[in-house]
Amino acid sequence: MSGGNYKTEDGRQIGGTLMEMKNITLRFGGVVAISDISFDIHEGEIRAIIGPNGAGKSSMLNVISGFYHPQDGEVWFRGERRPTMKPYQVAKQGIARTFQNIALFNGMSVLDNVMTGRLTHMESGLFSQAIWRGKAEREEVENREAVEKIIDFLEIQAIRKTPVGRLPYGLKKRVELARALAAEPKLLLLDEPMAGMNVEEKEDMSRFILDVNDEFGTTIALIEHDMGVVMDLSDRVVVMDYGKKIGDGTPDEVRNNQEVIDAYLGVSHD
Amino acid sequence: MPDQFLFAMEVILNGLMAGVLYALVALGFVLIYKASGIFNYAQGVMALFAALTLVGIMEGQVPFSHLINAIFGTEIHHFGWHVPALLAIAMTMVVMVGLAWAVQKFIFRHLVNQEPILLFMATIGLAFVMEGIGDIMWGAEIKKLDIGLPQGINDWIDVTTFEAFGYGFFIDNLDISATIVAIILVGALIAFSQYTKQGRALRAVADDHQAALSVGISLNFIWILVWSIAGFVALVAGIMWGAKSGVQFSLSLIALKALPVLMLGGFTSIPGAIVGGLIIGVGEKLFEFLIGPMVGGATENWFAYVLALIFLVFRPQGLFGEKIIERV
Ligand SMILES: Nc1ncnc2c1ncn2[C@@H]1O[C@H](COP(=O)(O)OP(=O)(O)O)[C@@H](O)[C@H]1O
Ligand SMILES: [Mg+2]
Repeated sequence: MSGGNYKTEDGRQIGGTLMEMKNITLRFGGVVAISDISFDIHEGEIRAIIGPNGAGKSSMLNVISGFYHPQDGEVWFRGERRPTMKPYQVAKQGIARTFQNIALFNGMSVLDNVMTGRLTHMESGLFSQAIWRGKAEREEVENREAVEKIIDFLEIQAIRKTPVGRLPYGLKKRVELARALAAEPKLLLLDEPMAGMNVEEKEDMSRFILDVNDEFGTTIALIEHDMGVVMDLSDRVVVMDYGKKIGDGTPDEVRNNQEVIDAYLGVSHD
Repeated sequence: MPDQFLFAMEVILNGLMAGVLYALVALGFVLIYKASGIFNYAQGVMALFAALTLVGIMEGQVPFSHLINAIFGTEIHHFGWHVPALLAIAMTMVVMVGLAWAVQKFIFRHLVNQEPILLFMATIGLAFVMEGIGDIMWGAEIKKLDIGLPQGINDWIDVTTFEAFGYGFFIDNLDISATIVAIILVGALIAFSQYTKQGRALRAVADDHQAALSVGISLNFIWILVWSIAGFVALVAGIMWGAKSGVQFSLSLIALKALPVLMLGGFTSIPGAIVGGLIIGVGEKLFEFLIGPMVGGATENWFAYVLALIFLVFRPQGLFGEKIIERV
């Protein structure tokens, strides 16, 4: 496995280890969702997690984002072992995410949804907001600017004021990405960002993911079970099957791994 | 019959004022329900508890004095001082925040992801516990609550309406202040939820817990916050009701009047709670005035519930209630 600090073919700089999962095991009652899995994510890379349905991919993302807590194993982030953390604490550390089954604030407009992504950047507390109106207002303006930049970037200006509940599926996915980006995360976790999309939407989403990585230097871990998409996007791939890691490497290495081929041929995946 | 018309006008105005109180209690329900899905049966008792605490602090009453005296054989009842109303309100608010913290820490933290019916049962338990604690802390006798709000007939309205219509309306100054305070309170709540960080977080939690977590919101903090706000709303309702009819345990029963208000307005709608409260307030006064004499009176006891039932049949989500949107 590559040790980091190299340049990719397209000239992007990959740094040292940003996140390391060590011997993670996660059980739900009798079900072992993740079984003794280790892998790392380098700064600046696009890391994919692939595998058939039920392999434990989402569970892994949920462990990283603090939604699930593994029975065994260690999570290391930016060179430090992370204690057990609640999701909101993980978010404050600079890890943002999207969900496999979109989780948006349906009652709010697109703009307000994306704005909530800035909450971790809002310093002013309840009382300082009441007392220092000036500071709070300046902060609001700065946050609005950051949000507008992301809205432009993801080309959703036209729906800024639309209540999210009324948007079609593909756009919802994009708004969710916008909200995650608004946090200016160190690490961005995407759970099947292209699931359920048509070809055109998939192409748009792929382009956005590459652009985010390229322009903001954001490290991205994404789940996808479409091999083709993964091969195009990612620098390195972890392959999971039945809670176990059965492959880890560049798309080419993984593609030629016999165990991976077997897993993909043996299990139906759409 | 112009006389009858003028009487009805007066009745409507008084109904509006009564409705303000219903709306306040209903507002407390809606806040907690939206943010946590808990139907807080104890909202009325919270108003009682807040009012009891306020009177106790203002009068310099020693909390738990009966208990202390029974255990230590002492005879203390009062500190011997009086606390000014505003300071006492602030101190009561501190108690209400403490209560919110305790409720979250000792009850609802342990019931996350439980069935709504279980949460509801927990609030029934909470209502009785709080009533008991209020009793032990401050005593069970009816107390007078006077924070210096103007009371009695509003002369200006009386004179003006008399000059205009030949009939002077009787509007209580206390009702007018209650209305003004309620309007300010609602305005402040709206400003809070729209323009502050915590308000934004509160709306986020009310909308989707998972998404809220993912953007860095602590549910625990928001729930303490929302119980504190509901405590504040309860305090305001308790002050108004207490100033009108004394602080007594029947105060907790106004919570039951909030139920039809919620059925009318929808359990998740703040404007619904306000409009619903006003409709019930006016409706029951007007009904009593117009129909009451024909059926032997006392219609105020049941009118609200019948109206709510009719609403349940024709518009179960209430006036402003949100239809549940199926998630993809
Ligand atoms: N919250 C949960 N409670 C119980 N079982 C779960 C939970 N989340 C995931 N699982 C189980 O863990 C296994 C892996 O699921 P998941 O991580 O969602 O797979 P994938 O995302 O790869 O399709 C499945 O057997 C699933 O049923
Ligand atoms: Mg999944």
